[in-house]
Amino acid sequence: MEANSRSTGRLPAAFLTPGSSSFLDFLGVHSPELLPGNRTLPPLKGAVELPHGTTIVSATFDGGVILAGDRRATMGNVIAQRDMEKVFPADEYSAVGIAGTAGLAVEMVKLFQLELEHYEKIEGATLSLEGKANRLSTMIRGNLSMALQGLAVVPVFAGYDTDRGRGRIFSYDVTGGRSEETGFAATGSGSVYARGALKKLYRKDLTEREMTTAVIQALYDAADEDSATGGPDIARRVFPLITVMTEEGYRRLPDADVAALAREVIDARLERPDGPQAQVL
Amino acid sequence: MSTPFYVSPQQAMADRAEYARKGIARGRSVVVLQYTDGIVFVAENPSRALHKVSEIYDRIAFAAVGKYNEFENLRIGGVRYADLRGYTYDRDDVTARGLANVYAQTLGTIFSSVGEKPYEVELIVAEVGAAPEDDQIYRLPHDGSIVDEHGAVAVGGNSDQIGSYLDQRHRDGMTLAEALALAVESLSRDTNGSDRQLTAEQLEVAVLDRTRPQARKFKRILGRQLTRLLEAESAATTTTDDPSDEE
Repeated sequence: MEANSRSTGRLPAAFLTPGSSSFLDFLGVHSPELLPGNRTLPPLKGAVELPHGTTIVSATFDGGVILAGDRRATMGNVIAQRDMEKVFPADEYSAVGIAGTAGLAVEMVKLFQLELEHYEKIEGATLSLEGKANRLSTMIRGNLSMALQGLAVVPVFAGYDTDRGRGRIFSYDVTGGRSEETGFAATGSGSVYARGALKKLYRKDLTEREMTTAVIQALYDAADEDSATGGPDIARRVFPLITVMTEEGYRRLPDADVAALAREVIDARLERPDGPQAQVL
Repeated sequence: MSTPFYVSPQQAMADRAEYARKGIARGRSVVVLQYTDGIVFVAENPSRALHKVSEIYDRIAFAAVGKYNEFENLRIGGVRYADLRGYTYDRDDVTARGLANVYAQTLGTIFSSVGEKPYEVELIVAEVGAAPEDDQIYRLPHDGSIVDEHGAVAVGGNSDQIGSYLDQRHRDGMTLAEALALAVESLSRDTNGSDRQLTAEQLEVAVLDRTRPQARKFKRILGRQLTRLLEAESAATTTTDDPSDEE
């Protein structure tokens, strides 16, 4: 861009071509080298040790949806980062949580945020929630060749659908396959345990606060079973990152609130290390 | 073979400037004013779909008069420029000065290239800073020059008259309602000196509000909020109470 605009002094033609409202399409025409999907990787031998983000959990409640993540990034057996943030606001009413290769995931989120903002500015209207979910699908698909070499990015997308008046969750696979989840979803290495825990705790009638506690319980169980997922770290005051989308839009729960809820969970676990019990029948 | 008429460069440029100015003068004006919490943009524009004022980036907005298709094109170019720059470097590295320069180059190159029709537009690029002293307002006439403006500025059909009206009455530290009232007052003065009444439906109003908690400071003021602001100020001026605090 810089070289182009300097040589003629004015905005290059691609900037002034009417048509697409998509930033990705524009990048594809003007600076294809900046698109992550256009990079070619040399064939890899064996596993590459790179920071990986781990567990993301999402659950709907009456009036909104929660998207939360633990804070650990691992590189093989090493803990690469203890306070990583893996849940990002996508726009005013939605958020995206990512598991997988951290570097690529953060870049994908940055592009995704920009894609939504760009559309909004050019069109003067926001995309529908489905439309946003589909854009994310396309971006994951663009990363397929890297995913097949072990550098996968698998997000969960959650948002408040202002048209339908409820929270919705979309989960993805590495090929960009998208499925809407009813109730709750999880992704990442600890997702199996988190989903199992949440399955026993999830009820449609839980309030926002109760559901936040349930999500913390699920993350606690994931950390309990999966070494790559970090539990609440009392000594360093690092607690799960929890975001809530409601009619009022996106907000991140303040650390102090999450800390208080996490302490309640930990106190209860001192009595009952395996957490709350469900009925047998 | 006939010899083409000789046209002096001065004459050619004057003709092109005349052509562009006439195109711009046909449209209604847009005014941009600084107020204590930011910058307010007011346009007389009955259309809800075709905007004259728009968001470019976090702290930067754009206002234009003239031919819609031309300034819409420049607006999209500006959004792409800002988003690409912010993606390549950082969000803080997108500045109104940089954008104004690119616009100036674009307008200027086309203005002086004989084969192309000059743009019939006049633009304003404004950036809200952390404090009123850091606000930047650039006016970009059709020929590619840049004018650094302070306080209040008008572009479009009747801009000279509106501009001097604003200059006399604008002061630092106005509230939003005061600045808005002044803007509407200036826009409703006709060339022949008579006043028209402008209602909320005929106005397009937006602000760059430095007190907004979000990173994106641009906000349109629509419907009820706009009516309330307009009424708040007219009530305050008629009863001469202590200035009512808006919002």
